[in-house]
Amino acid sequence: MAIDMMKKVPVSEQPPLERAKNFNEVCLGYSREEAMEEATRCLNCPNPRCVTGCPVSINIPGFIMHVKEGDVAAAYDVISESSSLPAVCGRVCPQETQCEGVCVRGIKGESVSIGKLERFVADTARQMGIVPKGADTKTGKKVAIIGAGPAGLTCAGDLARKGHSVTIFEALHKPGGVLMYGIPEFRLPKEAVVEKEIENVKALGVEIITDFVVGRTATIDSLMEDEGFDAVFIGSGAGLPKFMGIPGEQALGVFSANEYLTRSNLMQAFKEDSRTPIMVGKKTVVVGGGNVAMDAARTALRLGSEVHIVYRRSEEELPARVEEVHHAKEEGIIFNLLTNPVEITTNEEGWVNGITCIRMELGEPDASGRRRPVEVPGSEFHIECDAVIMSLGTSPNPLIHTTTGGLDVNKHGGIVATEEDGATSRRGVFAGGDAVTGAATVILAMGAGKAAAKGIDEFLSKTE
Amino acid sequence: MFEIKKKQTLGPKVDLYVVEAPHVAKAAMPGQFLIIRIDEEGERIPLTICDYDREAGTITLVVQSVGAESTRMSFMKAGDHLADVVGPLGRPSDLIELSKEELAKKKILFIAGGLGTAPVYAQLKWLHEQGIKADCIQGARTKELLIMIDEMKEVCGNLYLATDDGSEGIHGNVTVALQQLWDEGVRYDHCVVIGPMIMMKFACQLTAKLGIPTMASMNTIMVDGTGMCGACRLIVDGKVKFACVDGPEFDGAKIDFDQAMQRARLYKTQEGRLMLKEQERETHEGGCGFCS
Repeated sequence: MAIDMMKKVPVSEQPPLERAKNFNEVCLGYSREEAMEEATRCLNCPNPRCVTGCPVSINIPGFIMHVKEGDVAAAYDVISESSSLPAVCGRVCPQETQCEGVCVRGIKGESVSIGKLERFVADTARQMGIVPKGADTKTGKKVAIIGAGPAGLTCAGDLARKGHSVTIFEALHKPGGVLMYGIPEFRLPKEAVVEKEIENVKALGVEIITDFVVGRTATIDSLMEDEGFDAVFIGSGAGLPKFMGIPGEQALGVFSANEYLTRSNLMQAFKEDSRTPIMVGKKTVVVGGGNVAMDAARTALRLGSEVHIVYRRSEEELPARVEEVHHAKEEGIIFNLLTNPVEITTNEEGWVNGITCIRMELGEPDASGRRRPVEVPGSEFHIECDAVIMSLGTSPNPLIHTTTGGLDVNKHGGIVATEEDGATSRRGVFAGGDAVTGAATVILAMGAGKAAAKGIDEFLSKTE
Repeated sequence: MFEIKKKQTLGPKVDLYVVEAPHVAKAAMPGQFLIIRIDEEGERIPLTICDYDREAGTITLVVQSVGAESTRMSFMKAGDHLADVVGPLGRPSDLIELSKEELAKKKILFIAGGLGTAPVYAQLKWLHEQGIKADCIQGARTKELLIMIDEMKEVCGNLYLATDDGSEGIHGNVTVALQQLWDEGVRYDHCVVIGPMIMMKFACQLTAKLGIPTMASMNTIMVDGTGMCGACRLIVDGKVKFACVDGPEFDGAKIDFDQAMQRARLYKTQEGRLMLKEQERETHEGGCGFCS
């Protein structure tokens, strides 16, 4: 079959109205033939811009050339040089603003479907039983990693490859961080994908201790002084959910997206036999426009609720990945754009019965470069609903910086760390990911984990 | 896995568990709590810490079977294992930041309601080890629900018992008992109250009236307990606070108890259904005809 070189080879997906009722993965991924065909679209540029667009600098044309020849094992080796979590990244990276965003193919047509190819390689390698190889020799240096999320796992994987002894301390009962508690099953399968990728990190020699809250169970100081860790990486992730401060936010039926998603994902409340309760509204309003808002909305939809998204700017400014917004719309989620909540209304028993919103219009650009939404006076209106999910981002968790002396934080409470090597104000202590930047993406956290691993390796090579 | 080393029944539906959890035992301080999961399917249950033994590497928990998971836990015995024990969580009591001299100057009263006796014991024991004898009003609905009386007497100055039905000690609830002591001329300048929210609300109202600075330990709904999910939020002094990282103890005069009690009802219906299923086990299906 002749293919249109201007367009991506389409990827199969579960039909929208079918998937809106289940938690199975939306995107089904490329077949071998589809992947090899898509790989022929890569121009193998001598100066590949996609690599510079990738936060962990995967040799993208390098692995795609192997896919073209059908050599998945070789393609996996190329990706493994730079990434510990390819099956995850292939699914959740915002490729359109990174590798695919700068792909030369994208100038006149559609970019190469790099994310889907990465996913194909990772999934196929897993099915073939390929496991990444650990270091042959040990350096004898001990590194403690705080948090088994994308930043921590990446940092741990890279350091283990260098021969350091790495222990990850994870607060929850399962490793994975946001990959386990935040991103839903239909976007990122837990058992089939996340747990397997974590097994691969363990195969490099990394030890993971769950149920261990650094800052409470032990402090960074005690890990370094009493437990003999030579360096520490803080990848503890985002923290407490933000609320708007509007009346009615404490009402019964108002949840943070973090709570809603943690119940459904980590605690598996979406399954009928789960012991963790989750509220399924008849009509749910999700406030916010990021990936987390889309995840919460699509979770509520699958649990059986009608779902509305309320976002104060316009479609163009939605911070969520284009694909998520597209999927959400296809599944029947209703977008109320240029709309901002002013009050959550309740019945006499304290349960949510609606949300009063005001229409917005876009004014002058603000500090973020996006046009600032301003209220249209007198445009208030009421949406009836029985559940509200607030997805407004998070503020840093105070646990670590309040229990670690000499660790500088910025005015938002984020840990101060250099971008190039993750160094903090404390010698031997490095940090990266949401704990530093505030809520961002999986891949940026991985990029930071990678940079810090390099920083830590250099630091350790200079110490006795 | 965390082994249950010892189990002892303290009263109707109230059991004490000594659990092996060396990391938690090593770091635990009075006022903190922890989270357990019974097994891989289990809910994360926040529980107060009653005692800890750093050398033995054990922690002591007191659990009342009131919900589905605690009922399920009541079927566990010594030698069984909990899937998870994580902690200690929350901030320790403010009292531990004070020097012995500062503590000695204070006249401290604890008010323990029902199961709240367990975490109060942890604080009294710590103070006792510092050479401080604090008083305690221990209240319950009826005599059988007054737990750990002998242990409390060992670490307490004056222990005043109170029961709603008058079956033991002062006839009346803890606020009646406090008012009675106050009228007799007993004075305190610091109070810690732990128990059911409704009891803490009225105890805090009274101590505010009497001018005793009071901390109340808030047992809110929680999921992760580490400052991530926001389920434990409550209003203190008009601001949103999170019981798991900002608390669990807050200034009792500033807590919006009515809102906290309302939020505690959030999952009651779902929990209740699950508990019925748990209690009735195989006989449950089809009982009332409402669930399939």
